[in-house]
Amino acid sequence: MGVVGQNAVRLDGREKVTGRALYVDDIVMPGMWHGVAVRTTIPSGKVLSVVFDPRFNWKKVVVADRHDIPGRNVVTMIEEDMPLLVHDEIRHIGEAIVLIAAPTKKMAEDARRHVEIRYEEWQPVLTIEDSKAKKRVIHGSDNVISRYKIDKGDVSAGFKDSDAIVEGVYRTGAQEQAYIEPQGIIASPGKGGGVDLVGSMQCPFYILKALERLLGMSETKLSVKQATVGGAFGGKEDYPSVLAGYASVLALKAKRPVKMIYDRNEDMNVTTKRHPSVVRHRTGVKKNGMLVAMDIGIELDAGAYTTLTPVVLSRGFLHSAGPYRCPNVRIAGAAFATNAPPNGAFRGFGAPQTLFAVEAHMDKIAEEIGMSPLELRRINCLKVGDEMATGQILKESVGALECLEKAAAASGFERKWRASLPLCKGESEGIEVRSTLPDPPLQREGTVRGIGISLFMHGGGFTGSGEAKMKGKAGIRLERDGKLTVLTGCTEMGQGAHTVLPQIVAECLGVPLSCVRVETPDTSKVPDSGPTVASRVTMVIGKVLCVCAEEMKRRLSEAAGRDHGDFRSLAGSFLKKRGPLTIIEAYEPTPGIHWDDTTYHGDAYAAYSWGCDVAEVEVDKDTFEIKVERMYMAHDVGRAVNPQMVEGQIEGGTLQALGWALMEDNRYDGGKLLNNRFQTYIIPTTMDTPFLELITVEHPFSHGPLGAKGVGELPHDGAAPAVVNAIANATGIRISEIPATPERLFEECKKKHFRSS
Amino acid sequence: MGKSIALIVNGKRKKVKAHAASRVLDVLRETLKLTGTKEGCGEGECGACSVILNGEVVNSCLILFGQLNDGDDITTIEGIGGKKKLHPLQEYFLECGASQCGICTPGMIMAAYALLKKNPRPTHDEIRQAVAGNLCRCTGYAKIIEAIERCATSNVKI
Repeated sequence: MGVVGQNAVRLDGREKVTGRALYVDDIVMPGMWHGVAVRTTIPSGKVLSVVFDPRFNWKKVVVADRHDIPGRNVVTMIEEDMPLLVHDEIRHIGEAIVLIAAPTKKMAEDARRHVEIRYEEWQPVLTIEDSKAKKRVIHGSDNVISRYKIDKGDVSAGFKDSDAIVEGVYRTGAQEQAYIEPQGIIASPGKGGGVDLVGSMQCPFYILKALERLLGMSETKLSVKQATVGGAFGGKEDYPSVLAGYASVLALKAKRPVKMIYDRNEDMNVTTKRHPSVVRHRTGVKKNGMLVAMDIGIELDAGAYTTLTPVVLSRGFLHSAGPYRCPNVRIAGAAFATNAPPNGAFRGFGAPQTLFAVEAHMDKIAEEIGMSPLELRRINCLKVGDEMATGQILKESVGALECLEKAAAASGFERKWRASLPLCKGESEGIEVRSTLPDPPLQREGTVRGIGISLFMHGGGFTGSGEAKMKGKAGIRLERDGKLTVLTGCTEMGQGAHTVLPQIVAECLGVPLSCVRVETPDTSKVPDSGPTVASRVTMVIGKVLCVCAEEMKRRLSEAAGRDHGDFRSLAGSFLKKRGPLTIIEAYEPTPGIHWDDTTYHGDAYAAYSWGCDVAEVEVDKDTFEIKVERMYMAHDVGRAVNPQMVEGQIEGGTLQALGWALMEDNRYDGGKLLNNRFQTYIIPTTMDTPFLELITVEHPFSHGPLGAKGVGELPHDGAAPAVVNAIANATGIRISEIPATPERLFEECKKKHFRSS
Repeated sequence: MGKSIALIVNGKRKKVKAHAASRVLDVLRETLKLTGTKEGCGEGECGACSVILNGEVVNSCLILFGQLNDGDDITTIEGIGGKKKLHPLQEYFLECGASQCGICTPGMIMAAYALLKKNPRPTHDEIRQAVAGNLCRCTGYAKIIEAIERCATSNVKI
């Protein structure tokens, strides 16, 4: 049928371009009120009293506190250490203490201003260093939220065997998801004392699970439905469970629908960010460039509660050695509690942090042994048959080297890199790929130019045994009119899942795409496919839908007593005889995959997507402004189900990563976020966007749907290290902490003059 | 404190009554039920609420209803194309994959519309400048600029 591989127009596109798509803030319900939260203004301490100003008429509003929570005062995620409303101890600024609902948002905000909280203040723990040193213990017995360690081969012997040992410390800052639609939920009292929710979310079933516990209700009394989502990027993975809790408690007490929409400042103040990180590398290498030993230490700032930190750390940990072969590897990782709002999911989920470190470090190694960064990567790049740090043997679908060669060739990497480093002797240009980018503008006066490269991978689906445990379900329903409906809890948040999944179904069943629609993700209507995270929807749920399609064809053929004939005629006769048919299947792990959660040994991911980014930058010698002129991105996605949407993911993810690399910087003072608005938290605009050259590489994954692997997060992994490596090529200055702001470059420059000036 | 102003909204004359201190954004979304115009930041930084006021693209979150005058002409996303017939810009946004989550799309299209009304053949850089006040977190802007560029060179009437 040729539906897969086509640039099908997004199925939710017409509603979006006409402004008819309904986001949560566009929904109005009869009798609906508006909710707000009264929040803590100190990072650590306890609440002494809450004072309601008698000058406000409290009869006009509904106030709820922790005693109004029908079930347990916890927000269930991995652990149950986070209360919905502060019980005793305050762990961060912005924790909710009291909730208020009022007929208008203005009145609710007015009421909020009439509540005063009195505190006993404690000395907060605000940095990884203070937490690690146990300046105060705020979590468990040692402030450690989670910890992992693996040891492969003999690292000490490896160092002895090395010609050079290179060390480096790399730091990354917090990053705000900055979805343009702020968080929002509407809760309404439902049948039988239950609650119905609609809102902006990635994972309706996470909310369902959290509400069961919080409201003390069985899931039969609850329904959670996704409205059109205006961007998420991980930011709407776990946090909506908190907001759903607030709105539900208020709706039950007010006995009417309650809408809660954050404004931008509140959203930035209280919702999760990308975990700040410190990664230490010590690497033993041979003169010929072969890696012999890697010793890696990872530290993350988790913030005040566990939330998703153990899995973020795990993914960062498992990507920290990069796409390289090394016989002796030791990795230790830990996440520490601090009195900051909890950090959480953000596209890449720990991997961008550790890949930034290893990829900046590879260039440092190359410099120390006098080799080109391209050649060093080429020598050590993983190939089919190689073993990773967890002992995983790569059996198939490893496009790393092809990505490296194609990005290097398209950008003319070696030639340009040598032009900035004239002492380095020649390597070949590799294979020929012609770039389609226009000629670069002439170099501006007073600037230096440089080029940098990064090589990286991203594991598709949950880590380790996650998918085997989750057994994500999805289904297809043959409707009375012969059309097909995809049933999945996986959400559309702009990434294109609700176009790509129908494309897969249409291809498998041999029907036109116009015959397939997707049911709205509503926990009362669709099976639990697992969360919409981890670059897993196309690869994992797409595969489940392929299995559903095969089963549907089998059932139709069986009923017809023939296994020939096209789908339409088989479906037609089945519908006449028996009516609609629903097939639901669960994910079956890839055969031959083994993972041990206790030793962290085995196949960490069923398949990896691979990528190589090349950045060209121009640095102003007077102002230290850094401008990325061009990016070349060669990404191996297995099979591009919808090439245009794959491009959209790579372009968008790359620009987010450039923002993280160069300008996005959450600044805190005493646990308080200073830049909680787009005026001060700067994200890239059209004027910050370089020319983007995409090279799609396809090394199919045999267990993926028609060969496809994940693409959602991969593009966030490579841009930052490519940029700092390019800055080093341009200026001779290695930036080891991002964002690489002009101020930071200036500070480094004070220590070392521009080589070219 | 309600104020009544005779506006032209999406080509139709309308006597609109609202509080003078209401933001035009809220009057559009709540009083006139035109929810195609979105709020992303409420302080003029993201451009999601862009509409066209007397031919100029403006952030509707930064203008108060009381600042409007009788006869002012406002165009929103609902006024340029809809269910039955899409505006060419909407067609190109669809075809080029310029809309992902879609929350910035109405504002982005209005900024592009204002540009093409004034300058039917903009250069690549003029397009980048014209939508620099509209934040998009999904697309990396490449396909948005491509859609506007293709629309501009397609010889269709804007």
